[in-house]
Amino acid sequence: MARQMTGAKMVVQALIDQGVDTVFGYPGGAVLPIYDEVFQQNAIRHILVRHEQGAVHAAEGYARATGKPGVVLVTSGPGATNAVTGLTDALMDSIPIIVLTGQVPTFMIGSDAFQEADTVGITRPCTKHNWLVKETDRLSGVIHEAFHVATNGRPGPVLVDIPKDVQFAQGTYCGPKPSASHYQPQLKGDMETIKELVAAIENAKRPIFYTGGGVINSGPGASQLLRELVEATGFPITSTLMGLGAYPASGDKWLGMLGMHGLYEANMAMHDCDLMINIGARFDDRITGRIDAFSPKSKKAHIDIDPSSINKVIKTDLPIIGDVGHVLEDLLKVWKSRGRKTNVDAVRKWWGQIHDWRKVDCLKFKQEGRTIKPQYALERLEALTKDHDRYICTEVGQHQMWAAQYLGFDDPNRWMTSGGLGTMGYGFPASIGVQMGHPDALVINVAGEASWLMNMQEMGTAVQFRLPVKQFILNNERLGMVRQWQELLHGERYSHSWSEALPDFVKLAEAFGAKGILCGDPETLDDAIMEMISHDGPVIFDCLVEKHENCFPMIPSGKAHNEMLLGEAETQGVIDAKGSVLV
Amino acid sequence: MSALKIKKGSTSHSAYNLRPTFSDAIERHTLAVLVENEPGVLARVIGLFSGRGYNIDSLTVAEVDHTGHLSRITIVTSGTPQVIEQIKAQLGRIVSVHEVHDLTVEGPSVERELAMFKVAGQGDKRVEALRLADIFRANVVDSTLESFTFEITGNPEKIDAFAELMRPLGLIEVARTGVAALPRGET
Ligand SMILES: Cc1ncc(C[n+]2csc(CCOP(=O)(O)OP(=O)(O)O)c2C)c(N)n1
Ligand SMILES: [Mg+2]
Repeated sequence: MARQMTGAKMVVQALIDQGVDTVFGYPGGAVLPIYDEVFQQNAIRHILVRHEQGAVHAAEGYARATGKPGVVLVTSGPGATNAVTGLTDALMDSIPIIVLTGQVPTFMIGSDAFQEADTVGITRPCTKHNWLVKETDRLSGVIHEAFHVATNGRPGPVLVDIPKDVQFAQGTYCGPKPSASHYQPQLKGDMETIKELVAAIENAKRPIFYTGGGVINSGPGASQLLRELVEATGFPITSTLMGLGAYPASGDKWLGMLGMHGLYEANMAMHDCDLMINIGARFDDRITGRIDAFSPKSKKAHIDIDPSSINKVIKTDLPIIGDVGHVLEDLLKVWKSRGRKTNVDAVRKWWGQIHDWRKVDCLKFKQEGRTIKPQYALERLEALTKDHDRYICTEVGQHQMWAAQYLGFDDPNRWMTSGGLGTMGYGFPASIGVQMGHPDALVINVAGEASWLMNMQEMGTAVQFRLPVKQFILNNERLGMVRQWQELLHGERYSHSWSEALPDFVKLAEAFGAKGILCGDPETLDDAIMEMISHDGPVIFDCLVEKHENCFPMIPSGKAHNEMLLGEAETQGVIDAKGSVLV
Repeated sequence: MSALKIKKGSTSHSAYNLRPTFSDAIERHTLAVLVENEPGVLARVIGLFSGRGYNIDSLTVAEVDHTGHLSRITIVTSGTPQVIEQIKAQLGRIVSVHEVHDLTVEGPSVERELAMFKVAGQGDKRVEALRLADIFRANVVDSTLESFTFEITGNPEKIDAFAELMRPLGLIEVARTGVAALPRGET
């Protein structure tokens, strides 16, 4: 229905018509007309963050935990540039978010006006698409198109830059009409290739499912189909960091995460398999290790909605472009209609091999003495929270990898971590976004002390909006992951990798009006975690852990999956000069 | 290597043939990219090439369909077959890109480029320049007593050849448009 209204009102109306209930933002001169409209309505809740980076990560957390796109509203210039890290993060992890930025009035663009930045220029490479809207009549159409582009195909961040005069001017508002867009990515996979994959499944002797964030992004239905396929075929399954929860960690076909800090059995199975079925993953370098030694004996199938993911890194024998949910549905249908066949005897033998690898028990550790091992802290956190309606975020570093290893996810959309960009400072604001989406759930951010400080200002947001997010900081007083690499690669020269002058986290929590808990004793850890869970409000939990613990297993840079390090004893001189230039 | 033709909105089956036949040989491909004629679209395409480290040997762009708001970008690029496939897939990912055609593999095509050459000289050299221009069907579009400006159209190799011949005859300035290309035949 076409109506006359100001551009500012159109923004709010378009968000309402898109079903948006939450916006994360920060005001400024170039978005004041929009904030004026936000003030005069009740349909949309605005969460005032303390830094625009926080707004974008919060929107990412909200999107990942709810399956709905996240929305951000920030001002021009510094507001927009502060959003760049979050946009890049969302692009790398394929998270649908819509960022609305204010801009100086159209007649001042290009004059180096106060708080002018070339926002669409700066964000072109870190958005899926962006728009500068110069006419109010086009504004509503562009915002609806922005939602369409962000959420269809491979999801991603989009940005709409709105000059202030466009917000003030009157124009015609149009409601959403999805068919209007020429952007209509292909959802169904090629049936001939799907049939070839079914034939490969029927004959495979050493098959493995290698799944990624694409399964989660495809929606809960895709995870359901994946579970059905895994149970029906009896094939083992591993997942990337991004795909955890699509198949339940408690399922008996689950091998654990693969990759640089993945489980021994998962990486060995990837290396030795004869059929690899990649579903919504992208052969990232954290997964493949050395390319020319990556799973040398396997036939590789790759299901992905993004054609550019196919053959980008690893050559694929059976490429299937389409949405994971659609392709899995067709795949199951064909496989069932052909008699649900697998090579049962060979697959049983393959499981025998996998059980042998499992005996290595690569995540074993010993909690001894008076210092908490980080692995122990996570094991206890898992035991005491897994029966809750629980969502986990992380920062970036060793704690992130330990969280992926020691916490189990039985459902999709429960695990929010910065995978592609590896953004320290992601987890805390993301946890705020998650809690907004699930007000009654237990939302925990597993953090490192260094990462957490990067967006600690968001304590103000958590307290103001009564968001009971739990900040579980594994405090090793080190940039632990950096320290680990320096130990392994740089002759134990620990250049700037420890955290000096850390705040007293308990007092810091109290200064913000929140609760702080300190624990450094394995004996009292359970009680302290219980205290954190039962507190109705935000908590900073300062968990003092072993300072020099390394994260294993580890595939060193430039090595193959079967050259994994399992523990301290093996680490001397393992990374050669060629490997050390890799990150 | 088979043709890649991206037509968004096709749902029947994949338009891609992505079965790899990779080699390390560098190939030169001419791509025709139909894009939404909107501000910033060229920056998106060029940013893709610079950001991902692809080569641009030549690039031309102009609006070709005023009512449909479409521009055609013709890009001559080079790389290994794997890189060429990536370039096409990455171009196809840009939201403002409607179609990507690889003219080098989609059947025969014609390529043309326009160039202008300013050649200064006197006496024999001036006569020789005019004579060669005639052979190459180049036109004189400006002249003084001591210079000619030639206009020449042809495929890039012909223009390169003409440039080589003009160099010793007093070539002082060149302007080239880059390649425009279309498939041969009716479609
Ligand atoms: C914004 C940003 N800067 C730098 C890095 C590089 N980096 C990766 S992990 C890490 C150390 C993180 O330390 P901490 O948060 O304490 O986690 P820990 O490894 O100790 O568990 C650093 C500096 C990064 N990933 N992100
Ligand atoms: Mg640390």
